[in-house]
Amino acid sequence: MSSEALARPLWRRLIGFNLLGGIVLGVAGFYFGWWLGHQIHAESLDFFGDTNQNDVALMLGYVFSVVGFLIGLGFARYPLARMLGKERTHTENEHGGSGRYFGLCTDHKVVGVQYLCGIGLFFFIGGLNAMLIRAELLQPSPQIFGAGNYLTLVGLHGTMMMGIMTSGVLGPFANYFVPLMIGARRMAFPRVEAITFWLLMAAGAILMTTLFFGGFPTGWTGYAPLNDQANFGFDSYIFFFALVGLSMMLLGLNMIATIITMRAPGLTWSRLPIFCWGAISTSILMVLAAPVLIAALLMVGFDRAVQTSFFLSSAGGSPYLFQNLFWFFGHPEVYVLALPGFGIILEILPVFARKPLWGYRIAVAGILGVALLSFFVWQHHLFVSGLNSSLRPFYMFSTEAISVPTGLVFLAGMATLWRAKIRYTVPMLFCLAWFFNFFIGGASGVFLSDVPSDVATHGSFFVMAHFHYTIMGGLIFAFFAAIYYWVPKMFGVMLSERLGKIHFWAMFIAFNSTFAPLFALGLMGQPRRVVTYPSHLEPLNIWVSVSAFVLGASMLVFLANVVYSLVFVRKPAPDNPWDSRSLEWQTPTPVPIENFERRPIIDTDPYDYGVPPVPLVPPGPAEAPAPG
Amino acid sequence: MRRIAIAWFVLSAILTPIVVAVIAPTLPPGNATEASSNQVFDDTVLLGIVTPIAVALGVYFAYTLIVFRRRDADPAEEGVATRDNPSIHLPWLVGTIVIVLFLAIFGTVELTDAGAGGGQGPSPAFKLSGNDVMPVQVIAQQWEFTYRYPTYGGVETAHLELPVGRKVELHVTSLDVIHSFWAPKLGVKADANPGVDNVAYVEPEEELSFEIHCSELCGLWHGYMFDTGQVVSGEAFAEWISEQQQVFAPATKVLPKYSTQYFPEPERRGG
Repeated sequence: MSSEALARPLWRRLIGFNLLGGIVLGVAGFYFGWWLGHQIHAESLDFFGDTNQNDVALMLGYVFSVVGFLIGLGFARYPLARMLGKERTHTENEHGGSGRYFGLCTDHKVVGVQYLCGIGLFFFIGGLNAMLIRAELLQPSPQIFGAGNYLTLVGLHGTMMMGIMTSGVLGPFANYFVPLMIGARRMAFPRVEAITFWLLMAAGAILMTTLFFGGFPTGWTGYAPLNDQANFGFDSYIFFFALVGLSMMLLGLNMIATIITMRAPGLTWSRLPIFCWGAISTSILMVLAAPVLIAALLMVGFDRAVQTSFFLSSAGGSPYLFQNLFWFFGHPEVYVLALPGFGIILEILPVFARKPLWGYRIAVAGILGVALLSFFVWQHHLFVSGLNSSLRPFYMFSTEAISVPTGLVFLAGMATLWRAKIRYTVPMLFCLAWFFNFFIGGASGVFLSDVPSDVATHGSFFVMAHFHYTIMGGLIFAFFAAIYYWVPKMFGVMLSERLGKIHFWAMFIAFNSTFAPLFALGLMGQPRRVVTYPSHLEPLNIWVSVSAFVLGASMLVFLANVVYSLVFVRKPAPDNPWDSRSLEWQTPTPVPIENFERRPIIDTDPYDYGVPPVPLVPPGPAEAPAPG
Repeated sequence: MRRIAIAWFVLSAILTPIVVAVIAPTLPPGNATEASSNQVFDDTVLLGIVTPIAVALGVYFAYTLIVFRRRDADPAEEGVATRDNPSIHLPWLVGTIVIVLFLAIFGTVELTDAGAGGGQGPSPAFKLSGNDVMPVQVIAQQWEFTYRYPTYGGVETAHLELPVGRKVELHVTSLDVIHSFWAPKLGVKADANPGVDNVAYVEPEEELSFEIHCSELCGLWHGYMFDTGQVVSGEAFAEWISEQQQVFAPATKVLPKYSTQYFPEPERRGG
């Protein structure tokens, strides 16, 4: 934005290609699609059946809404200008004030901040849903929301968390820091990077509109044929997840291309920061898994709107097909959530242990091994479904085999602590808690992978506790470690250490107090997603609910910390507050638009901490120094 | 390192027997059937493996986090720059692989015992041995279970009763969406898919009443889709089923012929 543009009055600056324009065109697009759908529907009513639910209109509404939103943000300007053979008519919006954050911006640092705020918003909405769910479960029979709204809350919580948080680490932190870590000026495809963020925001908004259309009763899995029976609100689930899938896919492609092609001279694969390994393996999963989800959701959409029967057994389809497709996406998806956590933990540990990352190669092998194996385990979600009973030993084995590469990650992390000088900063506390949580998550996963044990716990609160330990205990703790670690670089402001520690301890204790009893509840026979439960389970449920409220309150401590530190105190962060050797901390704060004055040349990995060990025996002349 | 090893050995020598012998046998789902006692046995073995590992991690972290913390005396103090020790890789890998192989083989062996109570689809890979097997059909629909006894004239009842000591072959199916038949105390769980015959085996060993839940989200009243069933003596069962046959005789006549799957009228939503 030129200084001339900045001189305009505020109301004039609001008109243009920005978030406001996007919202206006998005709403207009929705009504256009809605109108168009009703035209189609009215003219061939018989073909589409006879109900007052016009899925065609709603789906077209969503399609045009997304297109309008993106046009309003300005995504059409550049391709249109090029297609018409004109010169580039607009700058890339990388210069200028805070207006950059409310529109299409191709600066990876702006996109990172956009992601952090946008994802934070939806994370809190998802968390609020969880609070409401636990409020309902305070009593054995529904008193607050009733069965229908309760299921919508469950679905919204699960879908929001599993959808939006897939990009929870890669969106904010990988977009912001991977170029800095690899010494690049930008991401490989900056416009693609920008569109992934705005697609995700459009998706989140679309999911919230389900509240106007009666919600959806399917949970985040959306199994057929319940999804065909579900009312209007399920269409927003379809579009939400399809857009999230698209966003994931593009984000992953961009990340892979960036890490492969844009590394600085000397940054060999064996010097790549471990966080980048986490990012690239997550990206590979995203690129390979998300298309399957999009395809499955397209089929569901067709089943609902135009009476195909991909998943309807009454007309020749198969509900198993949906389960297979969904979990072929869904299991890599949960590793899309876990792997960035591995990367963050192993990246942050050496900084505060003041030691090099131990066993870099086995850590990388562990991360890649988990990524590879994650495609071969999906049928453990269908252990009691009646599908392929003769394949169960294989899926049991492949699921258990994941603990081998995960064990390598644990080994690398644990050995990094050996003979360290640990500094107990807030990010470090979150990292250490990750080991505790993820071990419980992983160990309970061993029980679930064992088919006989799984028969007793499948679809119960035990499973719920298990995946909250792996995803919330794994991803969200790593996510907060990353926030406390990198916010000084992103915002140039230190977060309060004291409030951070209160947040950590409240969250860690409340988290365990919430989810550990759920293992017991599951074993005692409480299925997932029920609005009622036997009254003898009431005391334990009350305990869990109260703990969950404390957990929610710990998030308010975090919010208070953000407001207090970023708005009121504004203690300026030094360029490298943690004394890290990693490349992103060698830049000035705030990071200049060009990132680096000159292309950095890398001659070591970023873990060059610590004093060299004193050899017990002086090395003889024949002994070559160990390779770095 | 030696202190850690000693602490680990002592602690796991104390804790593992406590967990295995005291805590594990009390675990749900109990010992009412062959399948459920197998599940408890599996959990016991897995706990026996997990406990020493958990103790090892606990001891290791407790030691490192205390001993290797930064002292205030020298805030700029750094750790020892060891980057790797390849001699650990192989034992670690071998250790984890051996555990995984054991778990997989153990789980498979346990699974071959009639599928451990899980639903195995129309052609079960792991059948229950013996030929005196009583088929019972579990028909799920929104939002209730009904039960059909093909060997007793195909009578359909609203409650599940099973004779004790009799091998039972449950044929779980659904008339609409996916449900899941879960009787925790019987150690049985099998998804009910429309148009699919999902077979699960159960052999009740004691008389009891048990809860039945739907454990797959099946729509609005999923939370209310629960029921209780009874395992009763052989005589009581014979008496009960003949009574049911008489009571439901008019209804049984108009029911569709017994089949392993029923295709309801396609209920299509509009566009």
